[in-house]
Amino acid sequence: MKKYLIFWLVFTFSFGIRAQEKHAKKQDSLIIPQELTEVILIGKKSNKHHLENKSLATIETYLEEANAVDFIKRGAYAWEPMIQGMASERSVVTIDGMRIYAACTDKMDPITSYVEISNLAKAEIKKGQAGAENGATIGGAIDLERQKSEFENTGWSGNAQSGIESINEQKILGAALQYASNKVFTDIDFMYRDAENYKAGGDKEINYSQFTKYNFSATSGFKLKENKSIEASFIFDEARDVGYPALPMDVSLARAYIGSLEYITNSEYGFFKEWRTKIYYNDVTHIMDDSQRPDVPIRMDMPGWSKTAGMYSKLKGTTKKHTWDLSLNGHFNKSLAEMTMFPEDPNEKDMFMLTWPDVNTIYTGFFGKDLYQINKEFSTEISLGMGVHNNNIQNKFGLESLRIFYPEMEDSNTRFLLNTGAQLNLSTHPWTLSIGLGYGERAPSVSEAYGFYLFNSFDGFDYIGNPNMRNEKSSEINISTHYEHKSFSLSFNSSLYHISDYIIGKPDPSLSPMNIGINGVKVYEQLAHAKLWSNDIQITYSFLKDFTAKAKAVYRLGRDDSNTNLPLVQPFTFEAGLRYRKNSFYAEANVESATKQFDYSPEFGENQTPAYSVVNLALSKILYVNTQKMVLKVGGENLFDEYYSTYSDWNNIPRPGRNLYANLIYSF
Amino acid sequence: MKLLKYISFFAATILFSCSFNDDTPIQINEAKDLILVQEIQNEAHSIKIFTEDGKLEQGYNKIYFQIKDEEDFISNAEVSWTPVMHMEAMSHSGPHSEINKKAGTETLYEGYIIFQMAQNNTEYWELDFNYSVAGQEYSAKDIIEVIPTERNRVSVFTGSDGVRYIAVLIEPQAPKVAVNDISAAIFRMENMMSFPMVNSYTLKTDPRMPSMGNHSSPNNEDLFQAGLDDFYHGKLSLTMSGYWKINLQLLNEAGEVLKGEEVTETNESSSIYFEIEF
Ligand SMILES: [Cu+2]
Ligand SMILES: [Cu+2]
Repeated sequence: MKKYLIFWLVFTFSFGIRAQEKHAKKQDSLIIPQELTEVILIGKKSNKHHLENKSLATIETYLEEANAVDFIKRGAYAWEPMIQGMASERSVVTIDGMRIYAACTDKMDPITSYVEISNLAKAEIKKGQAGAENGATIGGAIDLERQKSEFENTGWSGNAQSGIESINEQKILGAALQYASNKVFTDIDFMYRDAENYKAGGDKEINYSQFTKYNFSATSGFKLKENKSIEASFIFDEARDVGYPALPMDVSLARAYIGSLEYITNSEYGFFKEWRTKIYYNDVTHIMDDSQRPDVPIRMDMPGWSKTAGMYSKLKGTTKKHTWDLSLNGHFNKSLAEMTMFPEDPNEKDMFMLTWPDVNTIYTGFFGKDLYQINKEFSTEISLGMGVHNNNIQNKFGLESLRIFYPEMEDSNTRFLLNTGAQLNLSTHPWTLSIGLGYGERAPSVSEAYGFYLFNSFDGFDYIGNPNMRNEKSSEINISTHYEHKSFSLSFNSSLYHISDYIIGKPDPSLSPMNIGINGVKVYEQLAHAKLWSNDIQITYSFLKDFTAKAKAVYRLGRDDSNTNLPLVQPFTFEAGLRYRKNSFYAEANVESATKQFDYSPEFGENQTPAYSVVNLALSKILYVNTQKMVLKVGGENLFDEYYSTYSDWNNIPRPGRNLYANLIYSF
Repeated sequence: MKLLKYISFFAATILFSCSFNDDTPIQINEAKDLILVQEIQNEAHSIKIFTEDGKLEQGYNKIYFQIKDEEDFISNAEVSWTPVMHMEAMSHSGPHSEINKKAGTETLYEGYIIFQMAQNNTEYWELDFNYSVAGQEYSAKDIIEVIPTERNRVSVFTGSDGVRYIAVLIEPQAPKVAVNDISAAIFRMENMMSFPMVNSYTLKTDPRMPSMGNHSSPNNEDLFQAGLDDFYHGKLSLTMSGYWKINLQLLNEAGEVLKGEEVTETNESSSIYFEIEF
């Protein structure tokens, strides 16, 4: 630990000399409530480096602030986001509107793991059918918006960031450089994280929780004419030696190349206000193996690859009382994953199978949205999305493998997907009230339709996909209200999703599992219906000029058609905090707690998660050294070193114990 | 109109070139997709023995041969054959088929032989041909090389009825991760030299992967004589590549188990089985 501290101090001071003052817009990383949308500001240039968050926290920590978002955690790295309690299959995560398909059959590489907070400006979380713009969804969507400069004559600027965390000896180093003029801009950003195993409460080391990550991002814009510009962007993200303590396998390499080219037209007087057309491509490699684990029933390698090419064209406009969005988008994905098992007897041949049989997904969709301001108080918003979704299996080996289970199955399957929503809003100061209805459909995911003996370590079953499933359909009703008066604000959201043809794995006792010593085989099938009810409330109150108190609570409930609990549903979770801000000093203390998990699903390997409470403290200070600005942030998380796990910790893997951290940012 | 002209011109050209080819005498080598195993000679002829891979192995072997005098292939011979294994204490034959002309060929004869054992240092196989060409009798014989297979494709056992049986795996020759067609033949040992085919039995299969917790696979079908030929046919699902043990149970017409045990938690394997590795 000591040597990192020294390293960090040296790094810090060597940069201090060149740092310069830079104006900071006053902007909170607070959530802006907007009916079915939550926006998490991750930062615009330097101003992100102060205020609420631990600045160099992971993207997951930022997103967790949104009431609609929670994460399934399989270790310290790459948590899987859930929107309104719904994970990868039922939600859409995009980076600047780009679709990326994860390459891991075990969900170890959600899209959020391929970006870094230093290159993000904000995250827009849309709940339910409000999120159908970039693809068919049930639970909603997260769009991660990249950080980029504007065509302003601001010249060169940049910053250097560094941080350390005690719990896993994490070292964070980052640097960003921007150049902007009237004609061009370029943003370059690099971030590096390296962490050892973390320790749970009581100093218990969690083996295989280490990781190393590099992220490089560049965005460049060029103004062609007054209202026309072109932007190119690129992300390279590579994680190595990533441990997943809750799983039987680790990742030696997770790598993504994400590139895009966008053409933007703005028009002040025309029929539309903004027209953006983008083409993009991304390539994800995921090398998963168990080579670091001492005792395994059998050694195996499970690499996966995913490549996606896509485009969209989005038109935005305002005409009289209408504010509308139209978009066309299409993408093509190719997902392949394999498993090789190495028998103990060296005379035996390696065993091989395709776990994702080289599935091509082709999606073409249309989305339109219109906000109509009926009068000063009432407005309505309607959205309509339609898409054609095709899956086809390219690999004959994979197709023949699946035909063991489904002799009649075709290699291609095309479906039509409809997503639509309607919303009525009433705003009378200080109240806003909105009520909405939605209907959405989604296609089964690659794993759900075509997965081949995918081991789920949560319930201990091998999962077999089912290519004959219908679309899953969701009818939702939501209500939300917001009250804001003087220094007090309250918001409440409640959404009920009635999902028919709900896709879930059910045990088939006639099948024999591939993986050794496990519980059995589940095959995906469809329940007549399932219900998910999601609620959150948030209160903020400012007093004595410099203090703000904040509290929020989330409660979700999920039941299947026989009224038994669905897995991974959030119990009553509560958070309260108090912060103090004066000039350049800022302090915040908060407590996070959850009640005992009353509703859990033993069928899916869940047990009751006990109640817990965790206390966090953060302090920050902006320092000016010879007119150079530097933000120093220190804090402690889980101050009382509680040993706990939450409902969404895979196999009850405990959360980190007491963590002390320091972040330092120089802007120049 | 012009298009039509072109088409007729092309058609004429094609016709012409086809008929031109037909006029040329063809000398197609009918054994060109096969590999020569060995040549057995007598004073009048030479018999060229072929298989698909150029080897004779323990188990089922599909064998082709051509008989040639000094100049020409003999296409009208009446042939019979007998494989004989010379062991230290005795000699015996193995199950083998009649010989027929391969359909659609002029010069290729075909048949199969099951070598229930491989050769070793002191014991070996010999193949005897007896044939007549235009009323004249000939014979030819020689030692052949029968190599052992790494995996067990033939099973010799005594059933609960006291009869000695030979079960041999024929297909799949190239197993795949898929539902494979599986076929086998079952013979009864009448005496050292006679192995008639057994009819109307059932061969139950239970494929397992012993190195992976002995897991099985779904949607297999037991082997029956389907009437196409005398072989037993069924379906074999292999969910991954690697080493599979196909545990067997032989049932007679009455459904009584003659040999083989069910695989259970406590019984890892049947006493009769085939092995497949790919
Ligand atoms: Cu993985
Ligand atoms: Cu296996």
